[in-house]
Amino acid sequence: MAGEKMTMNDNHSALIHQTAFTADHCLKCNICTAACPVAPLTPLFPGPKTVGPQAQRLREPGQPSPDHAVEYCSGCGICTLVCPHGVRVMEINTQAKAQMTETHGMSLRNWFLSRNELWGRLGTPFAPLMNFGVRSRLLRWLAERIFGISARGPLPGWAGYTFRGWWNKQLKRYPRPEPDGDANRVVYFHGCSSNTYEPHIAQTAVAVLERIGLHVEIPPQTCCGLPAQSNGDFTAARRYARTNIKALVGYARRGIPIVGTSASCMTAIKGDYEHVLGLDDADARLVAANTYDFMEFLWKLHAEGRLPLDFQPLERELPYHAPCQLKAHGMGRPALDVLDLVPGLRVWEIDADCCGIAGTYGYKAEKREIAEGVGWPIAEQVYEVGADTVVCDTETCRWQITSLTGTTTIHPVQLVAEAYGISLENYRPPVVSKAPAESPVAQKGW
Amino acid sequence: MATTAVDVLVIGGGATGAAAAYDLARRGVRVLLAEQRDLSTGTSGRYHGLLHSGGRYAVRDPETARECILENRVLRRIAPFAIEDTGGLFVATALDPPDFPQQWVTGCAEAGIPTEKLTPGQAREHEPTLATDITAVYRVPDGSCDSFDLVHVFVNAMRLFGGDALIYHRVRALLREGDAVVGAELEDTRTGEVRTVHAACVLNAAGPWAGVVAGLAGLDVRIRFDRGAMIAMNTRWVNTVVNRLRPAADGDILVPVGTVCVLGTTSVHTDRPDDNTIENWEVNKILAEADAVVPGIRAGRALRAWSGVRPLYEPPEAGHDDAVGRAVKRTFSVIDHVERDDVRGLVTVVGGKLTTCRLMGEQAADVVCAQLDMDKPGTTADEALPVPAAPSRRYHQLDHRLRQLEHGELAGELICECEMVTRRQLEDAIAAYGDQPVQLDDLRRDLRLGMGPCQAGFCSYRAAGILQQMHGTSGQEAVRALADFVNERFRGVQPLLWGHGLRQFYLDEVIYRRTLGLDKLSWDADAEGDGAGDDAGIEGADGFTL
Ligand SMILES: Cc1cc2nc3c(=O)[nH]c(=O)nc-3n(C[C@H](O)[C@H](O)[C@H](O)COP(=O)(O)OP(=O)(O)OC[C@H]3O[C@@H](n4cnc5c(N)ncnc54)[C@H](O)[C@@H]3O)c2cc1C
Ligand code: SF4
Ligand code: SF4
Repeated sequence: MAGEKMTMNDNHSALIHQTAFTADHCLKCNICTAACPVAPLTPLFPGPKTVGPQAQRLREPGQPSPDHAVEYCSGCGICTLVCPHGVRVMEINTQAKAQMTETHGMSLRNWFLSRNELWGRLGTPFAPLMNFGVRSRLLRWLAERIFGISARGPLPGWAGYTFRGWWNKQLKRYPRPEPDGDANRVVYFHGCSSNTYEPHIAQTAVAVLERIGLHVEIPPQTCCGLPAQSNGDFTAARRYARTNIKALVGYARRGIPIVGTSASCMTAIKGDYEHVLGLDDADARLVAANTYDFMEFLWKLHAEGRLPLDFQPLERELPYHAPCQLKAHGMGRPALDVLDLVPGLRVWEIDADCCGIAGTYGYKAEKREIAEGVGWPIAEQVYEVGADTVVCDTETCRWQITSLTGTTTIHPVQLVAEAYGISLENYRPPVVSKAPAESPVAQKGW
Repeated sequence: MATTAVDVLVIGGGATGAAAAYDLARRGVRVLLAEQRDLSTGTSGRYHGLLHSGGRYAVRDPETARECILENRVLRRIAPFAIEDTGGLFVATALDPPDFPQQWVTGCAEAGIPTEKLTPGQAREHEPTLATDITAVYRVPDGSCDSFDLVHVFVNAMRLFGGDALIYHRVRALLREGDAVVGAELEDTRTGEVRTVHAACVLNAAGPWAGVVAGLAGLDVRIRFDRGAMIAMNTRWVNTVVNRLRPAADGDILVPVGTVCVLGTTSVHTDRPDDNTIENWEVNKILAEADAVVPGIRAGRALRAWSGVRPLYEPPEAGHDDAVGRAVKRTFSVIDHVERDDVRGLVTVVGGKLTTCRLMGEQAADVVCAQLDMDKPGTTADEALPVPAAPSRRYHQLDHRLRQLEHGELAGELICECEMVTRRQLEDAIAAYGDQPVQLDDLRRDLRLGMGPCQAGFCSYRAAGILQQMHGTSGQEAVRALADFVNERFRGVQPLLWGHGLRQFYLDEVIYRRTLGLDKLSWDADAEGDGAGDDAGIEGADGFTL
């Protein structure tokens, strides 16, 4: 803490204490409270400074935390981002939630919401039935009354097939040649959503990677653990995290980048595993250091001169929302940077901190109104320009934006694919040319 | 001039005076306690917060060790609300003399202090911030004790038995008739009013000032003033008292007290009872020593520092005339001035520990009663003290206010955000003073207002406004009160101006100087204009000087 490292990083609980000890840095300046999108919308939430560094001083380690107010924190992470003094406010709040879950147990609703990976898999074979259920007003009303899952929460539909199933078929039909060495390999982390609810995004992502000339590896993986984490179930979240770290660390050791199209999964792997869940060992760090958000990775390739720029012009003007989870990466807006390379395409950023959904937060009946209030500035700006499509890097945010605005929402990679002229229909990989590992136009040290 | 008559006048509203007054009241004596400032603002309000098991004195001072463990048990029984049962650890590091633990264990056994040997691993499981290289660890029944609560409850209980207390009343003269002290002259330090109190006996429990008070009767009691500094860290770091297992030295103890962890202390000979300075080496020493036991703590946020003066006394017949600091025993003395000086009507009690205050009070009361020809025994150890009516300050329960806030028991907006004091709490506390004058500092002691990380940066102007509204004081008075309070808080952070503390100080400065212009507001006809604000340094003689 406080610049100096405590001498006990062999021990998880000690690291968790380190996040807690960042409360020490708080100067009470209220910058986080002014930035928090939830605090102004409900009297039930006194704001990040109060439930974060302030309450932290009054919480006893290992003792039940009494302040349920912290459950109104959506976990969007804006407070941590804006704090000029390095207080990990969102992380402190999330740990407090976990402390509470540990003592009071978890509601059935929260358990349900934190197992999206399970529902995704189980529901796939019964997609039509499941989709009927999700769209049935009666059933949704019942779910709200019985479980507290908001009837207005934008639940996704099942695609009826999985991305992994599609990929396996691809490999069978068009076996990809093994490249020499690791320089042109990349690992794709699809997460739960792109596997079962929106496989077309994962398919698009893989197609783009192959178009760039990379050899894609998709190791077995599981949910990133973020939904369990934000519902305070650290046991499950750590289990998910461990499984992923184990699956990915071999690649990380070989220096193969790990990329994913869900900005929230990627921030979990990059930051939360360590700062929230307290996984501080060498493997976890190595995986974190080799993990990139998809658009961040494309921009990095561009900086290295490895991104083909033969884009077809797209004469379109589209609004873009940077999810709070993406802002938490602290990497700027790589989606805007990359899309700017496409001739004719004008993508502008909506002025809004958070869409309100914050993972599973906006699905909770008692928080739905807050979630809609938080996201409202997005709707206003989209209405104002009359756009019919909004670009956004994270799935739940896209669903939320669709529910707020009635527009179609897409991942920025879909525009990249369009500009490359990629079609998923009867997709077959481009012939992999043996590109030189080191491009002659590489720009180092950007 | 008002005149009253009581059986016994107790001078000093610290732990010793309060315990003695309570003891006397229980015996049916009509007692009046006079305190020159607020209760528990002398050494008792500037102490380390440790309810000693006695372990610290087991080797060098077995008598004090025995008294501590006995009184530790008594206080837990009669005043559980003032005590957090943190337990204590004695921890030896590789730097400490390897033969000491054995000596210490023997000393503890002889004094009746229970010890339990732990492996370093067990200790670290219990307190994960402990150093990895500790060599020996023992568990003892230490605790932490809230002296404000304890003293207030002694005084309230005394009132239930018919006694009374006057705060902000200084004894400025003792009345002598021949070879007897027959009362005292008290001055109200807020109004200047003087009153006479006739008493059959006066008990001098003035702590470090006991010599000054005895001097008022023309008697010579030589107190040795031993100053010690302490630093409160922003968070608890440990939840158990941690003592260094070595011969007593500087910076040996970490005590979790309420929201903070108090590190200390030092032992510096001084020649004044009110010497509250802190030298830089003391701050460095305390942090460095604590860091050896809890690595990393030195880089944590230090909240405030203060020092207190131990009133040490050894009767001349003990023959340790030249002993200073830690060589002076921590036992206490009850001086019967009939025996010593042939002066009736005066008894002095001095020395000891906060942990042993009840015993000191009882033994002093025994001597007082003997002078009054009473032979009723003391009964303070027998019965629990009444639980305080308004447990507003029960801070040793760490999450108390968080819980209250959560359950809607604390209505109104937060005024002091760090320590979670609401508007309602503040208003109730102000109302409790009736038409007596109230300082922000009184409210600080009542509620811990302004004691958190920002050190009153954000709450004091809010509280000053509420206080002014309720008391209808003038704007000038309110500004002055605010400036006094802010200056006093900043005095506490002055020794700690680096890192976090410095950043906070700059922010607070911007609030008070740049935004509120407190240094430009004058409240005295003779302290006009600005000017004062240009001096660096915290204290201003006639204005807010940050
Ligand atoms: C640095 C330090 C750390 C300590 N740590 C511990 C610890 O951890 N545990 C422990 O048990 N003990 C500890 N002690 C010892 C303990 O604090 C003291 O023994 C105890 O507080 C003394 O209480 P007292 O009532 O005798 O004196 P005080 O608390 O000083 O009370 C004397 C009172 O008399 C008042 N007074 C003086 N003159 C007059 C007058 N003329 N008229 C009216 N009122 C007057 C003063 O204002 C004062 O309030 C520590 C002491 C120091 C200095
Ligand atoms: S994480 Fe978001 S909702 Fe939670 S306190 Fe921080 S800014 Fe507010
Ligand atoms: S957490 Fe950071 S931003 Fe919030 S009040 Fe504290 S210092 Fe300011």
